[in-house]
Amino acid sequence: MNDIFKGMKPTRRSFLRGAAAASVGAAAGGAARASSDPAFAEIQPWMQELGDPVDAAPYGMPSEFEAHVQRKTVYWLTADPISSINFTPLHELDGIITPNGLCFERHHSGAAHVDPALHRLMINGLVDRELVFTMEDLMRFPRENHVYFLECAANSGMEWRGSQLNGCQFTHGMIHNVMYTGIPLRLLLAEAGIQTAGKWLLAEGADAAGMTRSIPMEKALDDCLVAFKMNGEALRVEQGYPLRLVVPGWEGNMWVKWLRRLEVGDEPWHHREETSKYTDLLADGKARRFTWEMDAKSVITNPSPQAPLTHGAGPTVLSGLAWSGRGTIPRVDVTLDGGKNWHQARMSGPSLSKSMHRFYFEFDWNGQPLLLQSRAHDSTGYVQPTKNALRELRGTNSIYHNNGIQTWHVKKTGEAENVEVS
Amino acid sequence: MSRFPDVLKALAAATLIAPAAFAQDAAEAPEGGFGLGREATTEEVAMWDIDIRPDGKGLPVGSGSVELGEEIWSYNCAHCHGDFAEGIDRWPVLAGGEGTLSDDRPVKTIGSYWPYLSTVYDYVYRAMPFGYSQSLSPDDVYAITAYLLYSNYIVEDDFVLSNENFSEIAMPNEENFFMDDRAETELPQFTAEPCMTDCKEQVEITAHATVLDVTPEDGGEGGGGGID
Ligand code: HEC
Repeated sequence: MNDIFKGMKPTRRSFLRGAAAASVGAAAGGAARASSDPAFAEIQPWMQELGDPVDAAPYGMPSEFEAHVQRKTVYWLTADPISSINFTPLHELDGIITPNGLCFERHHSGAAHVDPALHRLMINGLVDRELVFTMEDLMRFPRENHVYFLECAANSGMEWRGSQLNGCQFTHGMIHNVMYTGIPLRLLLAEAGIQTAGKWLLAEGADAAGMTRSIPMEKALDDCLVAFKMNGEALRVEQGYPLRLVVPGWEGNMWVKWLRRLEVGDEPWHHREETSKYTDLLADGKARRFTWEMDAKSVITNPSPQAPLTHGAGPTVLSGLAWSGRGTIPRVDVTLDGGKNWHQARMSGPSLSKSMHRFYFEFDWNGQPLLLQSRAHDSTGYVQPTKNALRELRGTNSIYHNNGIQTWHVKKTGEAENVEVS
Repeated sequence: MSRFPDVLKALAAATLIAPAAFAQDAAEAPEGGFGLGREATTEEVAMWDIDIRPDGKGLPVGSGSVELGEEIWSYNCAHCHGDFAEGIDRWPVLAGGEGTLSDDRPVKTIGSYWPYLSTVYDYVYRAMPFGYSQSLSPDDVYAITAYLLYSNYIVEDDFVLSNENFSEIAMPNEENFFMDDRAETELPQFTAEPCMTDCKEQVEITAHATVLDVTPEDGGEGGGGGID
């Protein structure tokens, strides 16, 4: 069957092409008069010729017309692109799930290529049995599926001193939202038997950074997962293949990738990523440590500097994302005039705890400049603060946990800029 | 919903309330566990358990002098972090910055910021030199750690660091860290019902990103306040 089809194809194609060429003169003349729309100027090749065979792309990729939809980096942020970061193109996405290939990356010693056959998960420390699991062992534990956002604590960290980067990809793109399949961490810990003195857990990665974070035992036993799938398929290399920790609602750095070891202890370890980094320096020179939870936050993804309004006045779709490390987002408010008047946005799609939520606000644009903001409310009653309210409490040196309200200035031309307003 | 018969509506109200839309039966383990995995050997745990704690737990036996540390440093670390740990280009600065933490541009280094010395030992062994992790011997790491203390004016040039005197070293900024207090200091302020109409009379633009103009067109070069 396959062979016959392949043999026939060229003949059929050339026949059709010949036929199309023969009729071009007559058809083109008629079409030009009937429509000024280039879509009608001629019969498009995809309407006439055969498309790709099913074996053209064994692992499918987006349309060539979407080639601009990419993670991007900001080279001046870090010393080199190995210990660095790239950003999710939020303005190109809709719904709540981030496609695997667009999930932002942050590694401290590059993305490790780990051979799953040689990957082990060790549990040691204050446990009854120190254990080693192969990937095959892990596949025999019960699994759960959950959708969670992962936000880097430094997301929007470049905006503390004022508007800096022009685009929600750069200001808010250190986030992704993925359905994880994984083993509840409590089941793995129970297998080893936590001793009563075991109050903390150290999670360690198998990459050359040997990434480590201390996690309090209550959280480990609550909703953490040891995940091996994202959006249904194996974790991507850059997301920790073959195994990563999922720490719902808490800062992304704790979601240790290439997870190789869990140690139970009676005290936190105060490692580099919880002392030198990921501590929040306040204006008075003192620093908060263990700022794990991500406060509620939102951003308008469209329009935004990378996604201007190109259609002029009239019906306009405003869209954005909201999330909270403490629960769901029952409500988002939107303003078109820099905060004089607010409107409740329309929430759309699944409302899951510690997951991104999608909101829309449809309005009739009068073609005049807009000052757009969104304000998330989470299920605990927390309302997203302004950037200035945060600065009053924290100063501008804390780098991390900037969840202040973002403003986009949409000009008459439809172009948008990252600004701040009084 | 309006086209649903009333019976269905009632049923929906009774059973299809949000939680049911997303099945979440917790995975459970049998009494006594699954018996999966195998016991780790003492040697395996010793090979992988490299972490060090502020109380000295995990430190291997060993020692190293500032003098030796300077030599190891100059071969393995100085080309990125500078001869005196002052940092080259954008590579991390590891020394200096004392008294700058409340400045407009604080310089956070081992001396000015890090609360515990154990973090230096732990991190240097697990992650440095960049691209050749876990390659230094315990004596090398003690020596480098001693050198980093010296570059930060915490010890003199004749100092020798070992597992025995390690916990005697206190870092200058230890007292300035405190546990996350957002629950008390921030959450109450950020839970009021906000204003929805006529909230302000005037709105002025106070900052523009285009003034700084550091957004990469295609990930190009620029310059501005970084993430750390
Ligand atoms: C090729 C360049 C390079 C070399 C060589 C190098 N480092 Fe680093 N070092 C880095 C980078 C990059 C980071 C930051 C890594 C990250 O982002 O997590 C770093 C981070 C550090 C830090 C933590 C800095 C902080 O503020 O948190 C210490 C301490 C350190 N290095 C010590 C050393 C020592 C000791 C050596 C030699 C044994 C060494 N480094 C060699 C590039 C280098």
